[in-house]
Amino acid sequence: MKRGRVNITSKCQGFSSTEGRIKRQKPGPLGSSLAQRPAEDWGSLPHHVVLHIFQYLSLVDRARASSVCRRWNEVFHIPDLWRRFEFELNQPATSYLKSTHPDLIQQIIKRHAQHLQYVSFKVDSCTESAEAACNILSQLVNCTIKTLGLISTARPSFMDVSQSHFVSALTVVFVNSKSLSSIKIDDTPVDDPSLKVLVANNSDTLKLLKMSSCPHVSPAGILCVADQCHGLRELALNYHLLSDELLLALSSEKHVHLEHLRIDVVSETPGQTHFHTIKRSSWEALIRHSPKVNIVMYFFLEEEEFEPFFREETPVTHLYFGRAVSKEMLGRIGLNCPRLVELVVCANGLEPLDEELIRIAERCKNLTAIGLGECEVTCSGFVEFVKMCGGRLTQLSIMEEVLIPDNSYNMEQIHSEVSKHLGRMWFPDMMPTW
Amino acid sequence: MAVNSIHWFRKGLRLHDNPALLEAVQGADTLRCVYFLDPWFAGASSVGVNRWRFLLQCLEDLDSSLRKLNSRLFVIRGQPANIFPRLFKEWKISRLTFECDSEPFGKERDAAIKKLASEAGVEVIVKTSHTLYNLDKIIELNGGQPPLTYKRFQTLVSNMDPPDPPLEPLSKVLMNGCTTPVFHNHQEKYGVPLLEELGFETEGLCPVVWPGGETEALTRIEKQFGKDSASALQEIFERPKLNFSLLLASPLGLSPYLRFGCLSCRLFYARLTQLYNKVKKNANYDKLLWREFFYTAATNNPRFDKMEGNPICIRIPWDKNPEALAKWAEAKTGFPWIDAIMTQLRQEGWIHHLARHAVACFLTRGDLWISWEEGMKVFEELLLDADWSMNAGSWMCHSCSSFFQQFFHCYCPVGFGRRIDPNGDFIRRYLPVLRDFPAKYIYDPWNAPEAVQLAAKCIVGVDYPKPIVNHAEASRLNIERMRQIYQQLSRYRGLSLLATVPSSHGEDVNVNGLRRLAVPVSGKRRRGKGHGSRRDHRSGEEHAGPSGVKHHSTGFGDAQSRLSRLGNGGSGKRGRESEQESGDDSRLSASGLKVQWHSKETNAVQRDERMTMSS
Repeated sequence: MKRGRVNITSKCQGFSSTEGRIKRQKPGPLGSSLAQRPAEDWGSLPHHVVLHIFQYLSLVDRARASSVCRRWNEVFHIPDLWRRFEFELNQPATSYLKSTHPDLIQQIIKRHAQHLQYVSFKVDSCTESAEAACNILSQLVNCTIKTLGLISTARPSFMDVSQSHFVSALTVVFVNSKSLSSIKIDDTPVDDPSLKVLVANNSDTLKLLKMSSCPHVSPAGILCVADQCHGLRELALNYHLLSDELLLALSSEKHVHLEHLRIDVVSETPGQTHFHTIKRSSWEALIRHSPKVNIVMYFFLEEEEFEPFFREETPVTHLYFGRAVSKEMLGRIGLNCPRLVELVVCANGLEPLDEELIRIAERCKNLTAIGLGECEVTCSGFVEFVKMCGGRLTQLSIMEEVLIPDNSYNMEQIHSEVSKHLGRMWFPDMMPTW
Repeated sequence: MAVNSIHWFRKGLRLHDNPALLEAVQGADTLRCVYFLDPWFAGASSVGVNRWRFLLQCLEDLDSSLRKLNSRLFVIRGQPANIFPRLFKEWKISRLTFECDSEPFGKERDAAIKKLASEAGVEVIVKTSHTLYNLDKIIELNGGQPPLTYKRFQTLVSNMDPPDPPLEPLSKVLMNGCTTPVFHNHQEKYGVPLLEELGFETEGLCPVVWPGGETEALTRIEKQFGKDSASALQEIFERPKLNFSLLLASPLGLSPYLRFGCLSCRLFYARLTQLYNKVKKNANYDKLLWREFFYTAATNNPRFDKMEGNPICIRIPWDKNPEALAKWAEAKTGFPWIDAIMTQLRQEGWIHHLARHAVACFLTRGDLWISWEEGMKVFEELLLDADWSMNAGSWMCHSCSSFFQQFFHCYCPVGFGRRIDPNGDFIRRYLPVLRDFPAKYIYDPWNAPEAVQLAAKCIVGVDYPKPIVNHAEASRLNIERMRQIYQQLSRYRGLSLLATVPSSHGEDVNVNGLRRLAVPVSGKRRRGKGHGSRRDHRSGEEHAGPSGVKHHSTGFGDAQSRLSRLGNGGSGKRGRESEQESGDDSRLSASGLKVQWHSKETNAVQRDERMTMSS
């Protein structure tokens, strides 16, 4: 929204200056031609034309234009222009970004609430901002919202709002909208009862639900959603909500094909969380039902916590290891993740990962993207890996320090060798040595 | 008529390889070397005491070298624009020389002085010697815009003539009868001031680790390259062993000397070239070229040190958090690794580049989610080698705000240090309070059992702060935020963790959604016709299915490769329909590159829906 606005002001200078000229009746090439044909002035442009132009303008520019004449002002309030709105709620003490003006918020609630369909709230790290978002939400009673996003841009500030306030605001939308299709409520205190309300009112329309890190939801709560929302195609949640039952529910005959499943694996008490395992048969059921599903797993665990994972074949497609991951674990990935498409490893110990990578290249035939941060691979091992994958590696993001020169290749040679196998220019990523 | 010259020192605090200084004495009768210093301003400036001490030592050294040539340095109290006109008159000046300053504010200041000089009938000679290359030439070669990746930059300079060899130092022979009128009251009027005179408290100041001055710089380069050049060879060709001593100030370190121009970058370059020729190895000038890269990126961008209004900087919704910032700056984060580095920085004025990565990542995208501009200001105060361009550029890099860094990887404030220095000697050195902690807990003392804390005579929460943040949680959230930002900027789908912001020349990489302020609109952008002016009217307008993905590559080396990488991401990993609703989706076009304009066919509803979710 904000970005858009800046762009428009800069990119539409041509337009606004023309507009200014008209207003001031200064003679110009355009003005003079209009003067000859007085019937065709800007004010008499048909609604649909003005509307079309307005669709290209930011809200601020539309608001300015709306004060030009009655007709433009009418167009300003056409519902089409109020389908989507992004509320930005920031406090000057905690954010550099501006907020949506309170008057505008009031105007939207009064005049355009019933037009809103795609609504998001961006809040900064301040609790007041999240509370303000909840206050707006509770006033959206006459709406038919389809998409709702609650986005914390810095800290998860919705978590600081009292749970009852948050839940009652959210259920207002759940109850009133009745045709919600996409909901993004990561890092919020949403709970099982509110999900029940969601299901009761929107089970036919719900397609996307993102609720990573929502600690008040239980496995039973999410299971209720999966059981009844058969159109659900995308789901994001934390590992502790993932169960065999959930996967089976998502694989039932009545259910559409799942397209995207994101699972965040986070330990609440580092080093002490014991993670359950998911049965191989449950995964298999999911893949039988939705052969093309993307299964994205984000891991933020200590090395020793990886024990229960990837002991058996797991149909994961995208893997992200946000903290150190052991060599052994990466070895298991090569063995048990045949659907792997993308792999990102932030850090690993100091032992080179040659064997593990080569095994992954060998067994993960769909692998197209890999990123390595604080890891080590010998140059020869890396070249071997790239050679085996070849041109299918569309993303190859490797820090320069990852590659250890050996007898076969130094750093210059590796660039040309890897580029050759990829069929395009490739360089390792570098940080400034300043 | 007599030729009376002033050479104006700013950076370039040296007599060797100083082309502007040689111009000053060329056929001149008198030479006066001046340095402007505003004592009333000094105490209030953002520059810390270590940097002032270094500067004053540089000036002392210059003065003593000039004395050997029967000359002196004139340290003038005040602002150049106020004082130059008087000096021109008083000293009957006919020529003013100085080294070219490529930074936007320097250019502005110099333009004003040039104007004053021409009004006074003074000839002005400016020479480039703080950088290896003429930066305008690099920009010209790149089609009028500075390159935005280091690789692109390397490619450009590899096609240019090598930098000029260093010039001889100023000597009595070169002075050739040119004299400096010096009066008995020179010391009190023009002498190098003491720190106290600038209003600094000198009690409790740590001993000098980096002595300022040209003489020291030349000693260091001699040590590195002299005789068998063993140390240089080791420095350059050996993969640095990650250990404790790597983190300490090296007696061979050169970066502060390059910053103040006590050492000529061309001399350093020439010594490297000699060495490479001798050992018959491929030349690698990375250390010097990074510096050059940032100077080039900044030279026409007066908002290079800001997020807002800076066309190459991604807008990230950083948190304002003065308390957390202060804890970081004052080494009170409760993470020994971070605090030890910040202590070293404050005491000595220099930290290793890996340490810079660590603390910069911690402050910004890794843990505290505080704006890189704040970190940059702290470095500007404390870091001896902090240069406007380099400092801002590196901070943008570390915070993944520009220059296309991997953002999926955050340095762990516990694990990263432990890898480098498992025993924690670095921490023990700079944080004596933790000295008695066993190595097992020295990076995360809050995890130590009470008995261990008691035995170490350091209770976490009493004698040493508790950690300011839960790193696992903070980094998880921050990675997600970065991912959301990057996926909006790039075409790459999938996890989006590997997404890079496209750098395409011609196609503007206008990540900030602003018209380039400093760089004139190039012809290439216009060539896009229509879409250039339409692209951002509404974000998310590109809506064609994967097959509709179009790229406007203008065919420059790495830019193209990045484009193709990004382009490949669009080849239908996921069905089109799901993308429209997916928050994981990256099709929100907020900037450069992927401009698709299918307004007529676009179903506004779907477009809106997607836009709302993918953020």
